[in-house]
Amino acid sequence: MIRINVTSVFVDDQAKALAFYTEKLGFTKKTDVPAGEYRWLTVVSPADPDGVELLLEPSAHPAAGPFKEALVADGIPFTSFAVDDVHAEVERLKALGVVFTQEATDLGPVVTAVLDDTCGNLIQLATMK
Amino acid sequence: MDAEPDLFKAIGDATRRTILDELTDKDGQTLFELCGRLTVKHGLASSRQAISQHLAVLEQAGLVHTRRQGRYKFHHLDTSPLRSIVERWPIDREAPNP
Repeated sequence: MIRINVTSVFVDDQAKALAFYTEKLGFTKKTDVPAGEYRWLTVVSPADPDGVELLLEPSAHPAAGPFKEALVADGIPFTSFAVDDVHAEVERLKALGVVFTQEATDLGPVVTAVLDDTCGNLIQLATMK
Repeated sequence: MDAEPDLFKAIGDATRRTILDELTDKDGQTLFELCGRLTVKHGLASSRQAISQHLAVLEQAGLVHTRRQGRYKFHHLDTSPLRSIVERWPIDREAPNP
């Protein structure tokens, strides 16, 4: 049976990304091994340490920069993470200096907010009602 | 001859009026947020590209201004062009007796 075990986000700087994704967002580091010029660097949710890993993948390919910039300009998140309470999470992260391009917004079945991951991406937080 | 044909064209479309409603509800939105609100709250099936073109028409009429903040672009409402309508057809006069 096929299943998702790793998904990725393109980051400008792996060390900076690891700091942001662990210290601010609250993920924990899972795998960190040298892989050529970069690292195979993944984080997981502490709520599911054996679950899907998020790979902090270097955005070194020349096409990645323009792609990310175009998404960010229009406010489009690269990916989305689930949280128990978007409103509370927005307050917690803002207190840590995280910048949001969209405040917690009630969209019917879901409440979403969009933050800047400081590594060239916008990330959506979502709570299903 | 209308002095403000862009204004009347801009507010003559239902989707563009809804965009103005949403910016009235919350000023300063990204294209992504606006598209989400239009889809979920109003059931509009317009593409992101179509909404972007509607915003360009509203911007041309001076009803929407875009502001770049860092790498993001926010859309802001400006209702001041609407003043020309009430200046042309004043609404502050007493209602005429029937």
